[in-house]
Amino acid sequence: MTGNHLIRTENLVKTYPMGLSQITALNNVSLVFGAGEFSGLVGPSGSGKTTLLNIIGSLDSPTSGGAEVLGRRIEKLSHREAAELRNHSIGFIFQTFNLLPVYTAYENVEFPLLLLKTPAGQRKKMVMEALEWVGLADRGRSRPSQLSGGESQRIAIARAMVKRPPLLLADEPTANLDAENSHHILQTMEKLNRELGTSFLFATHDEKVIGYLRRKITLVDGRVAKDETFPSPAGKGV
Amino acid sequence: MTILRLALRNIIGTGIRAWLNALIISIGLVAATWNQGLVSGMDEQAAQASQAIEYGGGQFWHERYDPYDPLTLEDAHAPLPPALQELVDNKKATAILVVQGSIYPHGRMRSLLLKGIDPGQGILNFATASLADNAAAELPILIGERMARAIGLTSGEVITLRWREPRGAFNAQDATVTHIMKTTVSTIDNNQVWLPLAKLQAMARLPGQATLVVLAPGTPPPGSLPGWIFRDSDYLMRDLRELVKTKSYGRVVFLIIFLSLGMLAIFDTQVLAIFRRRREIGTLVALGFTRGQVIRLFTLEGALHGVLAVILGALYGLPLLWLQARAGFAVPAGTEDMGISIGERIYPVYSAGLTFSIILIAMVVTTIVSIMPTRRIARLKPTDALRGRMS
Repeated sequence: MTGNHLIRTENLVKTYPMGLSQITALNNVSLVFGAGEFSGLVGPSGSGKTTLLNIIGSLDSPTSGGAEVLGRRIEKLSHREAAELRNHSIGFIFQTFNLLPVYTAYENVEFPLLLLKTPAGQRKKMVMEALEWVGLADRGRSRPSQLSGGESQRIAIARAMVKRPPLLLADEPTANLDAENSHHILQTMEKLNRELGTSFLFATHDEKVIGYLRRKITLVDGRVAKDETFPSPAGKGV
Repeated sequence: MTILRLALRNIIGTGIRAWLNALIISIGLVAATWNQGLVSGMDEQAAQASQAIEYGGGQFWHERYDPYDPLTLEDAHAPLPPALQELVDNKKATAILVVQGSIYPHGRMRSLLLKGIDPGQGILNFATASLADNAAAELPILIGERMARAIGLTSGEVITLRWREPRGAFNAQDATVTHIMKTTVSTIDNNQVWLPLAKLQAMARLPGQATLVVLAPGTPPPGSLPGWIFRDSDYLMRDLRELVKTKSYGRVVFLIIFLSLGMLAIFDTQVLAIFRRRREIGTLVALGFTRGQVIRLFTLEGALHGVLAVILGALYGLPLLWLQARAGFAVPAGTEDMGISIGERIYPVYSAGLTFSIILIAMVVTTIVSIMPTRRIARLKPTDALRGRMS
């Protein structure tokens, strides 16, 4: 598996034990993603979107087949190497924001840089920059409990983006947001993709998100049913 | 550093629960320190009292003398060797003669020890002078308060003493109780009467003889003396130390019970925290934490309860313990007969070593208890954790 790509999966299979039988979440999924893509895995619940996203994010490993992410073979990574890959190169955005409740917004954004042992001066600059990207430079002192859903997700985006990873994985990022906040979030992410060249990969079944995608991969029962690309976003404003 | 910072924030963020856990452990720490201080205080007081009142700076025993075997007393006496006699003459030692005998208070018979001591001695700190005070009494005797209570004697009463002479004949004489002494050292009180040495030597027909010689504190013992064995302070205090040690075992059990309560609370908190914070664990892993780092974080959070407990314990415990050390602890009635020289108040003695040991034990146990529940994290899949599920 070599070539000019950011992510490549080859005959990826993931099965889970369910009682005495096995559930196949992914069935021979082979995909290639290039740098700077703004793409999404779509499909109904249980189609394998999150499972694929987790494997790409090195949070899970395939049952068979392989996945290469940023030149690293996911199935061969140790726990420590996988943590290092996530730490340095992958940003995550979750449906439930997952901000650390005891930290302020600023500290939440700062956290990945602390893990990377970024010097204090540089860290402050990068955190403020990330907060400005999402338009929340003035909410740095707020605790997650004091933020609205939209603001929390924007802080989560700033946290994912602060270390400027080449790849950002977003699992149903708008599921807990209203339409206005969803569009705001998506516009922010689109802007970051355009300006910083960060690759975005979504797992979603939200039509609002799908409307922003430039590539849409439809999964059905763990298989790639359709892989469509669009010269411009699929249908902004849906 | 990031882990420590996060652990601190998490534990402070836990609010009242963390402080309650810390409070329970701190009560255990303070109570254990107080208890151990009490035992140390008791030990020190008992040692000082025993040394001042009974043991002096060591004793020379007649080679046949065994305080636990009254049958040895008949032969356990001899004239003092010149070296000991010189110390006695120079008031650096005092001789004691021990003879078996019996008394007849209120028509009953009681076997006991008759102990002769020089009324003018100044080495042992008890009221031997009263044996010289009462010139009116032909045979003055001194008894302890416990003994007086046990046989129902009061000061000024006359009782009959009986003893056996060297050739086996029994002899008897009336004696007057000239003084009833109150002492914390029960071993100079129970089952014995004190009388002037010269009188007992005459009564027992053992002129110039003694069973043991007590040296003044700081007096170097003369070298080897044939027929006499030197017993130093360590030897004489052996039983006392053993007794204190036995009592401290009870305190250790007390410490274990208190710490166990605190540890149970921490264990419970840790298990609950891991269950409640599954999603947070998943997030930390997604952000780049290894499982080891997550385990370290939770362990540190648990262990920090111990640190909080020490801080909290210091806040209220230090003034409390200081107050106790100054005011002392009133000994409940009846404990004077428990076989240890306790005054009316015990003044706890806290050493840095004692306090440090208790803190160290608490910290180590807290850390161990904190690690145990974190084994679940090692089995937790990040994908399950992110969904709020346990693997």
